[in-house]
Amino acid sequence: MNIQSNAASESPLESQAMAPAITSPTRPIYWSVRRELWENRSIYIAPLAVAALFLFGFMINLIHLPGRMRAAALNPEQQRALIEQPYEFAALLIMGTTFFVAIFYCLDALHGERRDRSILFWKSLPVSDLTAVLSKAIIPIVILPLLTFTITVALWFMMLLMSSAVLLGSGLSIATPSNHWSLFQMSVMLFYHLLAIHGFWYAPIYAWMLLVSGWARRAAFLWATVPPLAIGIVEKIAFGTSRFADMLGYRFSGGEEDMGSRATGISVLLMPHQTPGQYLLSPTLWIGLAVAATFLAAAVRLRRYRGPI
Amino acid sequence: MAMACIEARGLRKAFGTTIALDGIDLRVEEGRILGLIGPNGAGKTTALNAILGLTTYQGELKVLGRDPWRERDQLMRDVCFIADVAVLPRWMRVSQALDYVAGVHPRFDRAKSEGFLAKTTIGLTRKIRDLSKGMVTQLHLALVMAIDAKLLVLDEPTLGLDILYRKQFYDALLNDYFDRSRTIVVTTHQVEEIQHVLTDLMFIHRGRIVFDCTMEELESRYLEVMVHPDQLAAARALKPIHERQVLGRSILLFDLKLNITFDLKPDPKLDPKLDHVDRQQLAALGDLRTPSIADLFVAVIGNQAGPIQGASR
Repeated sequence: MNIQSNAASESPLESQAMAPAITSPTRPIYWSVRRELWENRSIYIAPLAVAALFLFGFMINLIHLPGRMRAAALNPEQQRALIEQPYEFAALLIMGTTFFVAIFYCLDALHGERRDRSILFWKSLPVSDLTAVLSKAIIPIVILPLLTFTITVALWFMMLLMSSAVLLGSGLSIATPSNHWSLFQMSVMLFYHLLAIHGFWYAPIYAWMLLVSGWARRAAFLWATVPPLAIGIVEKIAFGTSRFADMLGYRFSGGEEDMGSRATGISVLLMPHQTPGQYLLSPTLWIGLAVAATFLAAAVRLRRYRGPI
Repeated sequence: MAMACIEARGLRKAFGTTIALDGIDLRVEEGRILGLIGPNGAGKTTALNAILGLTTYQGELKVLGRDPWRERDQLMRDVCFIADVAVLPRWMRVSQALDYVAGVHPRFDRAKSEGFLAKTTIGLTRKIRDLSKGMVTQLHLALVMAIDAKLLVLDEPTLGLDILYRKQFYDALLNDYFDRSRTIVVTTHQVEEIQHVLTDLMFIHRGRIVFDCTMEELESRYLEVMVHPDQLAAARALKPIHERQVLGRSILLFDLKLNITFDLKPDPKLDPKLDHVDRQQLAALGDLRTPSIADLFVAVIGNQAGPIQGASR
């Protein structure tokens, strides 16, 4: 930020040279996304705090690791599980954290600015409602998955370093190159999973929350959750079916046909529910994205009409 | 003739059954400082919101040649507004506010803004929530004055500020910002303080413009007479538009051209070319002075039929 400000005030020539870039539509988006990160520091603080906490727990766990490794010495499968489980658990924990962050961020994004009247300041600047809403949608759809990825991989790397050090120190050689390879493989899988599921598959969920936050005068969380629940219940009572609830469940589960048929917990990450081809060809993905676009368009329109609360 | 900065014809806006703007005709030329004065709920903020593209409306409205509702984001390159002192986001740091405005506004001069801030006690690392109300207004003004805009709209900019900040605010605006190519529209209840600032004055009441004149016109057309007690009957016969008592003496307000009524329609009974009373005539009745905006406001709004919802402070 300081570098930026120095550069901007350094010479008027430079700012003139930047003039064509100023009119480009990406510039307001870029600054609006940065603005969101300034305002909502929980976006990165929450997962970082969870990561730090996890690392602390992991360190304590490491004390007992050599002993347990020796106990399972004859069972490579068990050894493997001992090593891998914390990595998956770490990823799940951070993904869960950022998912909650995303939900609460979306529910407040278009509500908070109306509540504190700052919307009048934002609207006094040449930033369109479309830019404002898009920059808020980019946070859960793009920024949070990328952030989750970065934090998780950094955490994995530190865990690997620490466990290698402990195991080597206790004379157990486990940090072979194959483990590094599997860490890389896991990272690729994680990246795919985050963008495909947490970014684009969940996009309609975030868009719905944004729309509600732009619409509700208060209690955005209730408005976002109670009507879908009510629809599900009414459908069950009226028709005895649960299509709406199934649809939501399918969406939340990340596109899994039947959650129960899979082994729970282990390797959820490493095995994508669908291959990238299947994923891209699935109509549900595209229907979801279309629904997300519709919700966002409605949110843009609402923001035009709605003033401070 | 100067270009019209704001031009409205038959501007209407209703919220349900409440009519906020009841067919406003308005023309503000470039280089003017217009004071839009009215009781609470008169439609001032609605009129400003329409001008700023924050609300829909019926009728015709062009601001700098654009339709504010359809082209708000383009219009905001040339229009600035301070809606209220409390709209700067409280979580933001001063430096972040500068960064963001510099990032999104093509006409923002960051160095200039920092120059204005250097004259205040506001540190760049301070959070807006930690600033006093007066400092927040100073900050907002420092941001806005560094934008090379054509129109500046101020809606109650000095509400809740002490007299020092209010004075500073208008001094800064006049000395460091205003020039003949810019236009300022301001609404406020603290009318006495902006009397010397304005070039044009409009009163709005119940969604209508009930009074519209330039400050030069105001001085040449309206006179207040503190009437000698023995002349009171003679003075009243000259049809003052308002009368009030101050310390036992009557102060009568005269419109020298009463032949034009307040809704700006000519009164057919009177010859429009002639003043209906002249200065000499009034000077004989007591002490003359130019009325303040507040006195004129009370006279004009008080003459409107029906109860007044709220009076100027």
